[in-house]
Amino acid sequence: MTDTSLGAAGIVIAVLGGAVRVGTPFLFVSLGECLTEKSGRINLGLEGNLVMGAMSGYAVAYLSGSAWLGVLAAGGTGLLLGLIHALLCQQNRVNDIAVGIAMMLFGTGLAFFLGKSFIQPVAPHLPALSLGSWSQSPVIRAALDINVLFITGALLAPAMAWFFRHARWGLLIRTVGESRDAALAMGIKVNRVRMLATMCGGFLAGIGGSYLSLYYPGSWNEGLSSGQGLMAVALVIFARWNPIYCLYASLLFGGAAALGPALQSVGITWGYYLFNAAPYVLTLGIMVATSSSTQRFASMPSELGKA
Amino acid sequence: MHDLLESIAIPATALLVSVILFGLFVLTAGTNPFSVMHSVYIGAFGSWFSWQNTLVGASPLMLTALCTALPARIGLINIGGEGALVIGGLCAAIIGIHLNGLAPWFVITSMLLTGILTGGLWIMAVGALKHYRNVNETISSLLLNYIGIAILNFLVIGPLHDPASMNKPSTYPIGTANMIGDIGSSSVHYGLVFGIAACLLLWFVMRRTTFGFAVDMVGGNLRAAQLSGLAVGKLILTTCFLAGATAGLAGTIEVAAVQGNANTSLNAGYGYAGILVAFLARHNPLAVIPVAILLGGIHASGGFLQRQYNLPDATTLVFQGIIFLVILASEAFYGRLPWFKPKAMSL
Repeated sequence: MTDTSLGAAGIVIAVLGGAVRVGTPFLFVSLGECLTEKSGRINLGLEGNLVMGAMSGYAVAYLSGSAWLGVLAAGGTGLLLGLIHALLCQQNRVNDIAVGIAMMLFGTGLAFFLGKSFIQPVAPHLPALSLGSWSQSPVIRAALDINVLFITGALLAPAMAWFFRHARWGLLIRTVGESRDAALAMGIKVNRVRMLATMCGGFLAGIGGSYLSLYYPGSWNEGLSSGQGLMAVALVIFARWNPIYCLYASLLFGGAAALGPALQSVGITWGYYLFNAAPYVLTLGIMVATSSSTQRFASMPSELGKA
Repeated sequence: MHDLLESIAIPATALLVSVILFGLFVLTAGTNPFSVMHSVYIGAFGSWFSWQNTLVGASPLMLTALCTALPARIGLINIGGEGALVIGGLCAAIIGIHLNGLAPWFVITSMLLTGILTGGLWIMAVGALKHYRNVNETISSLLLNYIGIAILNFLVIGPLHDPASMNKPSTYPIGTANMIGDIGSSSVHYGLVFGIAACLLLWFVMRRTTFGFAVDMVGGNLRAAQLSGLAVGKLILTTCFLAGATAGLAGTIEVAAVQGNANTSLNAGYGYAGILVAFLARHNPLAVIPVAILLGGIHASGGFLQRQYNLPDATTLVFQGIIFLVILASEAFYGRLPWFKPKAMSL
């Protein structure tokens, strides 16, 4: 049982802590999706990368005894799935949304198949920084256990924003995402740029998966992901294709997803399953409120949505 | 003629390629691919018993496939079949529980209409959001799946919970008198008839009516359709309603023919498998029937494979994933293979 003496403040702290804890996989998949979409392609299959990443990360961490090798393996698996996605999408008349749905089915199926024997064993966990060791309250201590991956992701977001704005490669990706024709005229190999962007995006989503299996909830089973990878596309729209907004959006979503468990921990159990829908209702509400029937988002890469 | 030949030959070749890829996959897992493929066949179509399992699995797939296939014709990628199935089944069960005791034909009809109506409205909302607010339909339908499943879980564990259902949280039963029975002496319920009838009816509507023609026109070129004065909004909303209605019907049949109440098993992935069926059938309602039977068969053989080779039940998921990817890749070959082109006239 969690300490209930903090009352309403306890809920707030639990939600804030949950925002970081639950939001980290959201952060990695949304940064990955952001990178891919900036190059003008949508990868709806990141759920497959996430679940495969969770499985392969857990398996490698268990077999090698090193959680960090697991993270690397998870990223590598995501990279490979991104490669398959990119190779299929660059064929004529092949729809990237449909390929995404297929990759989601394929990735989760493969993960369940290969991961069957890793449901029982216990793999080493990723370390966390205990920033709350000064406090006596277990609620605060739990909330301030910050995983290293979250810090990595939080630093990656501004780095990626800088990359898109100033780095040569970042400008290249944005050119490809804004106008295929202009990029072709400049002599840029559009398909190769998109392939690399999809692979790197897949790499990040795979790492997001390893966070699920190696830190929180911290085990491998078939119900591990609750659709974090699927939410990536919605998150990126919400974040207006800006990596820094991706960070804020992930924290908001993490907080929304942590609302049900936080209320439960202080004894409010009514509607627990209804609160599970909070992140999805939030996304839908935001998308309805911010979309417009007459104009596109100004920051949306122009190549997106072109058949 | 060449078109027909092409549209049969390419998917058939793609299926063959996926069988080979799946065989290689099984081989790396250390099992003989030929005996696995044989077992998939035996488990799916090898006996009357397997056929019955296959057909029972195929009937919801036909309906959920229509939920993706119809909007695809108007240019929308809808993946909300799972949510519409869950909501349709849940609402139908609520009506069934409340009307229990009245004449069974009345209860069953009310349940079917409720499922059709609620499922239809659920996906119509997706179409409305797309048309009026330009909200991406793929994302909104996906989000609605999660919202629908959360509503189901909340109601069957909370307010509508039947205390007698211990292991699997369920609503109160709709009553055995109100169940949809089996066809003759088989174990295949009448849901199959509904599935086939819906495919035939919607094939007719989509291919042989002005409505269907208008839908294809909007899907082919939105701008041209608007300029020629078609009521695009009305067409989108109607198509989405029909699509959701089929998934809602699937949910109702799951409740009224299989489960006997609404419970968490409604969310069994028929909606997601239906997306695969729709793409395999290239969004043609008539082609949905054989493809659903094929996929239902592969799915039904899962348990058999598990017992015989100790392969995980996810094996059939991998198979489905491979088929899906290869079929999508095969799209690139339409119209590009020389031997399907009509002979050029010599001038």
